[in-house]
Amino acid sequence: MKKVIVLASLMLFAFAGVAQAAETLKLLTWKGYAPKALIDKFEKETGIKVEATYSNNEEMIAKLRATRGAGFDLAQPSQDRISSVQAKFKIYQPMDYSKIDADLFIPSMLDAVKKNTLVKGKSHAVPFCWGTSGLVVNSAKAPGASSYKDLLNEKYKGRVTYRLKRPTLIAMGFALGYNPFELYSDPKAYKMMLDKIEKTLIAAKPLVNNYYANGDAALASIRSEEVYVAMTWESIGWKAHADNKAIDYIAPKEGALGWIDTFAIPAKAENVDAAYKWINFILKPENAAYFSSQENVPTASKGANKFIKPEVAANFERSFPQEAIDNIKWYPPVPAKLESMEGKTLDRIKAAN
Amino acid sequence: MDNDLSVRNLTKKFGDFTAVDNVSFDVPNGSFFSILGPSGCGKTTMLRMVAGFEEPSSGSIEIRGRDMLGVEPNKRPVNLVFQHLALFPMMTVAENIAFGLKRRKMAAGETAKRTETMLERVGLPGYGAKRIDQLSGGQKQRVAIARCLVLEPSVLLLDEPLGALDLKLREQMKVELKKLQAKVGTTFIYITHDQSEALVMSDRVAVMNRGRYEQVGTPQELYNEPATPFVARFVGENNAWAGSVSECDGKEVVIRTDGGFHFRCRAKGALRNGDRADLYLRPEAMRINPRETEGQNVFEVTVKTILFDGANSRLLTVTPDEQELLVTLPQNRKFDHIAPGDGITVGWHPEAGICFAEQEREGA
Amino acid sequence: MKGSRIVFWLFLAPVLVWLLLLIVLPHMDLLIMSFRGENDYGDPVWTLQNYWNFFREPIYWLTFVRTALYSVITTALTLVIGLPVSFHIAKIARHKLQSTLSLLLLLPFWVSELVRIYGWMILLRESGVLNFFMLKLGIIKTPIEMLYNDATMIMGLVYTSMLFMVVPLISVMESLDDSLIEAAYDLGASRLVIWWDIIIPHCKPGISSGCIVVFMLALGNYLTPNLMGGKNSLWFTEQIYNQFIASFNWSQGSAFGFLLLLLSSLIIWVGLKLSRQKLGEVAS
Repeated sequence: MKKVIVLASLMLFAFAGVAQAAETLKLLTWKGYAPKALIDKFEKETGIKVEATYSNNEEMIAKLRATRGAGFDLAQPSQDRISSVQAKFKIYQPMDYSKIDADLFIPSMLDAVKKNTLVKGKSHAVPFCWGTSGLVVNSAKAPGASSYKDLLNEKYKGRVTYRLKRPTLIAMGFALGYNPFELYSDPKAYKMMLDKIEKTLIAAKPLVNNYYANGDAALASIRSEEVYVAMTWESIGWKAHADNKAIDYIAPKEGALGWIDTFAIPAKAENVDAAYKWINFILKPENAAYFSSQENVPTASKGANKFIKPEVAANFERSFPQEAIDNIKWYPPVPAKLESMEGKTLDRIKAAN
Repeated sequence: MDNDLSVRNLTKKFGDFTAVDNVSFDVPNGSFFSILGPSGCGKTTMLRMVAGFEEPSSGSIEIRGRDMLGVEPNKRPVNLVFQHLALFPMMTVAENIAFGLKRRKMAAGETAKRTETMLERVGLPGYGAKRIDQLSGGQKQRVAIARCLVLEPSVLLLDEPLGALDLKLREQMKVELKKLQAKVGTTFIYITHDQSEALVMSDRVAVMNRGRYEQVGTPQELYNEPATPFVARFVGENNAWAGSVSECDGKEVVIRTDGGFHFRCRAKGALRNGDRADLYLRPEAMRINPRETEGQNVFEVTVKTILFDGANSRLLTVTPDEQELLVTLPQNRKFDHIAPGDGITVGWHPEAGICFAEQEREGA
Repeated sequence: MKGSRIVFWLFLAPVLVWLLLLIVLPHMDLLIMSFRGENDYGDPVWTLQNYWNFFREPIYWLTFVRTALYSVITTALTLVIGLPVSFHIAKIARHKLQSTLSLLLLLPFWVSELVRIYGWMILLRESGVLNFFMLKLGIIKTPIEMLYNDATMIMGLVYTSMLFMVVPLISVMESLDDSLIEAAYDLGASRLVIWWDIIIPHCKPGISSGCIVVFMLALGNYLTPNLMGGKNSLWFTEQIYNQFIASFNWSQGSAFGFLLLLLSSLIIWVGLKLSRQKLGEVAS
């Protein structure tokens, strides 16, 4: 009897070993960034399984910080949130660009990310996709809203929503005539700007319907026409546009806020090869195009445009004429000190009556 | 007004079950009135209707001439001593007693004075600051009664409050309660299933069975002149014979028992020759080896056991036809020679035996 | 004798290991972290700065005061609603109905808090179910926004904590002898007096344990204030979250966490003192 048990447990361990031997890629990413179809295709091509964990910038950093960069093989932080975090917590390893197929990328975007993630002479990321925060406007109810200032417009009292997070502060900075990105290097001036923004947003509290907690909440408010003007991502606007043609994403006059989500390899990644394989796989034009069509998010893949679904391409053309693209304000890397300042500002705005 | 409580045609139904069935009675001022009956006879329901916790299905309840229908329990001039006393454990003795006075918005000084007076009256002076769990069973009893009496109710209701006490204390409390009632002069309505409690304390007793009153009377009347076989069986001890009427002569009849005895006895109700009848005979009505047998019913029995219980000692005997019979054994040393197995002669006077027409069995 | 001792420790060991590994050690780590800070050159040093920040920065302690106050209000409301509810279940409802009612109380807890809160949001929002029916029935002309204010948030908190109040209350109420209530009624007490003098003193241990649990749950809640609360509903837990997640200031977050623990314990201690009870009595 005893022997049987021992044998059984040995077999169990053996199986577990086999299961372990099948290669896996542990991906820490955003919801929608690893579509099921692409995961299956990747497994068929390479035999590597993908385990995706969905998160956001802040939690991604917190998770990696808690394990000092272990537990995941590949992460997808935004490019502006890498260098200061890396300098302080050392949670990523430098990217080996020789293992990346540089031809797959839009060169200017790859160079920008390399430059922005430079820590101690080494770069830490490659771009994956990009997008903007701007305005989603219900033109039937709020015709002509096209500036961040419209978030403060008395006309739309109770019909405005935005997230009480840093993009809103940046947008308000632009709306009030500052260039917040230029003030990054001057904490004192930045603080003065934040104080001004704080006053403005507290004064504007009665106008706000609610501070939405996530994209779904924003979409629900816009779709139900509870709000007419929202500050959010283009994908939200385009989803709402599919049901109600009056609603659409608008790149504001002051410039949409551009973000780039990247690939970065955590410091203690176990399966680095698989990580590079996934990067080279998903940036292939047809794969990147599949992702863009699904999620309404453009990528850094060079040849993807011709594979994108026409209606998605149409969304893009409608919302982003050339001058809007030229006017996008790309987030530069955030200095660490600023974030605690911003945190207090946000707390005070939320607590104010 | 002579009656503190008068009840007319009171009925209470729970669904199909009739707990109290068309009962009427009066309780005179200042008397000790008991309702005696087996458990489930409806006596508690009756009491709860008087207290106001149950609404009657029909009939009326008047206290000192005031109709109580629809009056809330907290507005009635009656108070209830609960079976398990229901003293408030979160309060001291004094707070328990003062509870009702406070509800009447009495001034604090007056309340304290009355509380202390009442504690003295029930024999617990200086116990005010004690907690309830520091009291003995008998003391709790007295606090429970004091808590009600301090409100000077028209009628005090007591729901078997002695049930939880041990025998010795119960005997003692019976006497005390009776004395207390005499002292305060409040009308007591006392319900119990213990006939000795009812007989000892009460001025009048109502015997209740299956929702109805079988008989209302003084303890002596109930004991000596039971109106129904149930009362005969329930109040005090009784020997019973089944038989049929063989001679009928106005108030007196001759019963031929199923064992073959012929007994002359008193008849209750109309009896005719040949009717089935039950004969009830108290143990103390029988004399052992009587000297005088003239005009008495005399027969032979065999002693089975001696049930020695001091003044209440009895012999358990059997007749030749195996009918068991209890016979009082006077403790005057005259019968010390009797031993189990002895044959003795018993005699009793026809006045002592009572005969009822045979009743249909309970529940039939 | 000695053998049973060993067995005792043997059985206790997993619990102790569990406590040590999953509760004591992480808390020690957080405690240490809460005393860490940076000097002007960015080097790590030991400091009380993180605790000092709480008292110096009005936004922090005001948020705590607000959170504590609203938690107290929530607790009081839950108690006021919970008392009659549990009295009904424990004393008035028939036996069969009793278990059905208890089950009904339990039912919402079979889904996660998040789902429950979203349920309320669907119900109450401007384009929500309640507004829809009120418009249809002609009770209102234009839809009303019922979400995103303090009253709604407190209602959500009360709803979320109700079970934790009612369960201990039912169990103490079941131990209350009915005849005590009747005796008080018989002695001339009104319903209010019966509640105040008989039922509530008897239920004190249940009330205290229910209140402690509800207060702690409300104070430590994150989802309800965040999702249902208004634009002004900054909750202290959110500040802790922000310190950890948004500002990457784990030291500050840890300090806040310990302050929350200390201050809430203090509030409960004061509450027990005021009601003249000991923690041991409540826990038993």
